[in-house]
Amino acid sequence: MAVKIRYFAWVREKTGKTEEVLDLPAGVATVAELVTWLRSRGPEYAEAFTRADVIRAAIDQVHVKPTASLAGAREIAFFPPVTGG
Amino acid sequence: MSVRVQGEDFDIGAEVARLTAGRTDIGAVVTFTGTVRGTPGGGAIRAMTLEHYPGMTERELEAVETQARARWPLQASLIVHRVGRLVPGDNIVLVVTASAHREAAFAAAEFLMDYLKTRAPFWKKEETEDGQGRWVDARESDDRAVERWEGAGPAAAKVTSKA
Repeated sequence: MAVKIRYFAWVREKTGKTEEVLDLPAGVATVAELVTWLRSRGPEYAEAFTRADVIRAAIDQVHVKPTASLAGAREIAFFPPVTGG
Repeated sequence: MSVRVQGEDFDIGAEVARLTAGRTDIGAVVTFTGTVRGTPGGGAIRAMTLEHYPGMTERELEAVETQARARWPLQASLIVHRVGRLVPGDNIVLVVTASAHREAAFAAAEFLMDYLKTRAPFWKKEETEDGQGRWVDARESDDRAVERWEGAGPAAAKVTSKA
């Protein structure tokens, strides 16, 4: 399954990427599983996702929890808690 | 009802005039303007850069506006949020709510700001006087501010009974 992954704020700075298209391996079915898999992709990902508990996620531009299913997702985003306003 | 994300500044008077032009059913207009503080965490900053998630930002702002309209009898509302590099004293965000009476306009403006701060995908990076950048941490007090609107909490109950 190929999906676009987007990164914002310090997650973007630490991974060194704004977005990328990745083929997710079988067994990566939830947001939490995707985070675990991303952390194994290299030191910059391990560093970006060190504080995995504070990183928020969105699927197709809707906030989701770590347990959310990736089925049918086209775009998955990772970012820190928001600080607008 | 409208939301805008833009780099340029906004003119509060012009925005209110546009929102209320030709309307005679509005008795109360509340505006909230958020501005860049020069010493947000105690130390002085030179600038602040706002990043956002285009597309999701507008969706979230529209969603919170829809929720506010469902809770209070609003005649009109507007959210304008700036992005890019801003310096102390600059405007960041404008919320305008208009209703027949002040209670709904005041409450809805506060509700819109509380939800915007915890849901809309914006991130602030401060630039300190020595040129270092640091991402602003989310505040727990913002989460608590939004919780008071959930369920039938005392604040929410009080406001809806007045509306």
